[in-house]
Amino acid sequence: MELIPLLVLTIIGYLSGSIIERRHFRSIRERESQLIGILTFSAKLPPAEDFDKQSVLVTGNVVISVDYFKHISAALRNLIGGRVIAYETLMDRARREAILRMKTDAKEKGASQIFNVKLETSSISKGGANQIGSVEVFAYGTGLI
Amino acid sequence: MIVSNIEIIPGKRITKHLGMVQGNTVRTKHLGRDIMAVLKNIVGGELVGYTELLNDARQEATDRMIEQAKSIGANAVLNVRFSTSSVSAGAAELFVYGTAVVVD
Repeated sequence: MELIPLLVLTIIGYLSGSIIERRHFRSIRERESQLIGILTFSAKLPPAEDFDKQSVLVTGNVVISVDYFKHISAALRNLIGGRVIAYETLMDRARREAILRMKTDAKEKGASQIFNVKLETSSISKGGANQIGSVEVFAYGTGLI
Repeated sequence: MIVSNIEIIPGKRITKHLGMVQGNTVRTKHLGRDIMAVLKNIVGGELVGYTELLNDARQEATDRMIEQAKSIGANAVLNVRFSTSSVSAGAAELFVYGTAVVVD
């Protein structure tokens, strides 16, 4: 009997989670193609010919929550080991979203190139029992105007 | 005040190094946001409340760093780094640091 609410939550999580994820990926792809003109580099310094430009710090962050299905499938994966695809797509979404927000920030500030892009990932709570499983990705860099 | 996470400011010369400046803040989420987050944990998706919370917190840490830089007479902070650590369950520390310099 105890399994029934668990099963219901898992099914709800799977259905809503996959819809939200699909929608999110679609919107990410759309915005990525819109913002393709903003160039991002992990190189530390801009080339010498850009030294006459002004610099500004640009940032973007996002917190994405797991859904119940992901939570369960990761817990099961934990028993046998191997890839946790449910979490891989979660991290991918979070990183791409953070980079997109950074690019949007750059666009608002009038920058067209971002140098020294750094990505920082932190799990706000560890995802244990009765805790909220979520991941934060923060992207920052120096935009050149 | 110029804030940048690269080591130079393109086109400007650093005339004086003033050492490291830092700013931090510790934030915790409030109950209302927590209840929303518990629901979101079932269906998935972005936790907008948390995103804003962390964004505000980072902004405050940055403001504190800039305040400190101003107080020692700097007009730019270079090589800025952000760092996050969880102090206890439910509370996060946002920390930002950089090198204060004077540029002409």
